[in-house]
Amino acid sequence: MRRIMAVLYKEFLQIRRDRMTLGLIFMLPLVQLLLFGFAIQTEVKHISTVVFDQSLSADSRDLLESFSASGYFDVTMAVNSYDEVTRMIDSGKAKVGIVFPPDFSENVRRGTSAAVQVFVDASDSMVSNQAIAVANFIGMIKSQEILTSKLRVGAAPYDIRVRPWYNPDGVTAYYMVPAICGILVTLSMVMLTSMGIVRERERGTLEQLMVTPIKPYELMLGKTLPYIVLGYIQITVALLVGVLVFHVPIKGSILELYILTLFFITASLGLGILVSNIAKTQMQAMQLAYFIFLPSILLSGFMFPRDGMPKLIYYIGNLIPLTYYLDIIRGIVLKGIGFSYLIGQVISLLVFSVVFLTISTLKFKKKIA
Amino acid sequence: MIKITELSKAFGSIGAVHEINLEIKKQEIIGIVGPDGAGKTTLLRMVCGLITPDHGQVLVMGKAPDRMEEEKDKLGYMPQRFSLYGDLTVSENINFFGSLYSLDKKTIQDRADEILGLTNLIAFKNRLADNLSGGMKQKLSLTCALVTRPDILVLDEPTYGVDPESRKEFWKILYRLNKEGKTILLSTPYMDEAELCMKVAFMDNGRIVSVDSPANMREKFSYTVLELKSSIKNSHVLRDIPGVIDAYFYGDSYHIVTPKDRDNLQFIEAALNERNIEVFKLEEIAPSIEDVFVSLAEKEVV
Repeated sequence: MRRIMAVLYKEFLQIRRDRMTLGLIFMLPLVQLLLFGFAIQTEVKHISTVVFDQSLSADSRDLLESFSASGYFDVTMAVNSYDEVTRMIDSGKAKVGIVFPPDFSENVRRGTSAAVQVFVDASDSMVSNQAIAVANFIGMIKSQEILTSKLRVGAAPYDIRVRPWYNPDGVTAYYMVPAICGILVTLSMVMLTSMGIVRERERGTLEQLMVTPIKPYELMLGKTLPYIVLGYIQITVALLVGVLVFHVPIKGSILELYILTLFFITASLGLGILVSNIAKTQMQAMQLAYFIFLPSILLSGFMFPRDGMPKLIYYIGNLIPLTYYLDIIRGIVLKGIGFSYLIGQVISLLVFSVVFLTISTLKFKKKIA
Repeated sequence: MIKITELSKAFGSIGAVHEINLEIKKQEIIGIVGPDGAGKTTLLRMVCGLITPDHGQVLVMGKAPDRMEEEKDKLGYMPQRFSLYGDLTVSENINFFGSLYSLDKKTIQDRADEILGLTNLIAFKNRLADNLSGGMKQKLSLTCALVTRPDILVLDEPTYGVDPESRKEFWKILYRLNKEGKTILLSTPYMDEAELCMKVAFMDNGRIVSVDSPANMREKFSYTVLELKSSIKNSHVLRDIPGVIDAYFYGDSYHIVTPKDRDNLQFIEAALNERNIEVFKLEEIAPSIEDVFVSLAEKEVV
């Protein structure tokens, strides 16, 4: 116990003297959250749109008006030929091109189907999916309007009412900010502890440590425990930014969130210390850490919904601590659910923590060769 | 105190240490002397239990060093590289290592003050270790190795890269510790330090070639050494003279090794004149420990 405390105190002294790292612990959540919170918008609005209206009629203007009014299309450019539409999209000045044929108005009035061409730059699937969906939707609604007015019936036959729960306005920030908190914590924690053992190995201080009676588990604990404090500082800064800047409503219990966060911090620290035990140099540790970060970001459900992933990828996602923490933090912040719903996730994180620290302890030998 | 028997260790195909036998008695100062790559560090690390030997064994006070978890405080080790925390102060480093041996704060404090007084580091107690000079860093390492009051000190090239003045001071401290009863096993690449040890083990190519006191080593040296000051540029011409066993550059002169039983001085002088070699000075000198080592090392090579 005294030896754990000795390592712990030493780590605190070293952290305190390392102004750069300390600054990063505070600044990272602040800057990153502000940056990503505003930048990451899964909902794409204001898509630059070019129009080539050969009909120049009240009907074409009416439909165009619906496109603009949706908020998804910014119809700012009008051109006079197909070539120009192509050029605008090729050059990237427009992502969407809308072309009305000369007989558009006649067809509407005659009751035959009036074709409108919508070109979409699908090289960015996020933008094109949205544009295609919205364009189809506008077409449907407008057709329905015209049909119902012609048939003189009061209402459309179906009336499907969707109620989006937890985030009724679909504010991306509500969904993303808690997740970014998780990313930040795992990134910092893994990064910090991944240097832990390997730095001492490179500097030669480990050789002196090895001749002392310290036990491997004491060293591992002494090297991870101090960082729990830093993890909590980070999550606090991140949540404060989320609440104050992005107005994320925290529906569940903050106390519960803080308690459950402990397991995520220890799992991340354990992962970091494991990296530190595997790597021979700080450079290798850095590379290994990156090897962990990318899957964490892409497969945990942070970027893409996990439901749509192929089975194998889905299971790989199960091996990432962040996956479980996203359930916890999104659950508590957005849904306001509590521990009883999250027990599985908590157990998983606990298992990760124990396994990572145990392997680290077993792998650490008080020998040079 | 330490008994090494048939100790061997190889790294891959490179043999680092071959079948070493060595016994270190209580209150001895024994120096492992030898060129870089001779295997000194590997040997000392095996004594401390940091490297598992391939064959043979080390017994420190009757125990294998990696089995003496609870008696780790009996052995103080100072690695070759500075192995303390540069971002901790002198006293924080001592406190840290002291607490790893479960010493209480008061004991550490008392001992630290005592040793820091001895090593003249007391004024630098609150300085970061990174900001100490090379010599002071070595003294701090020694202090940390001493905090448990070990019976045995294992020091790996403790004066390497340290200025001559600090080296002298460091040795004074070692003598004092020795007088108080400590057994000291150290390695050094400096031949002049070998003279300061009670016993010297000359190590070359992973083997201990000879173990004896420096005086005995010189005594047993069965050659005459001549010192030559001359304008010649290398020692090849000297080696070609019949009767010369070896010749090499030494400081600002050459040493010529010849058999003891002949009237060498005249013979060599004549040979030098014959070869038109300018002689500023030529005289017989007492062999230094380095002369002994040079001859030992060359025997090994042959």
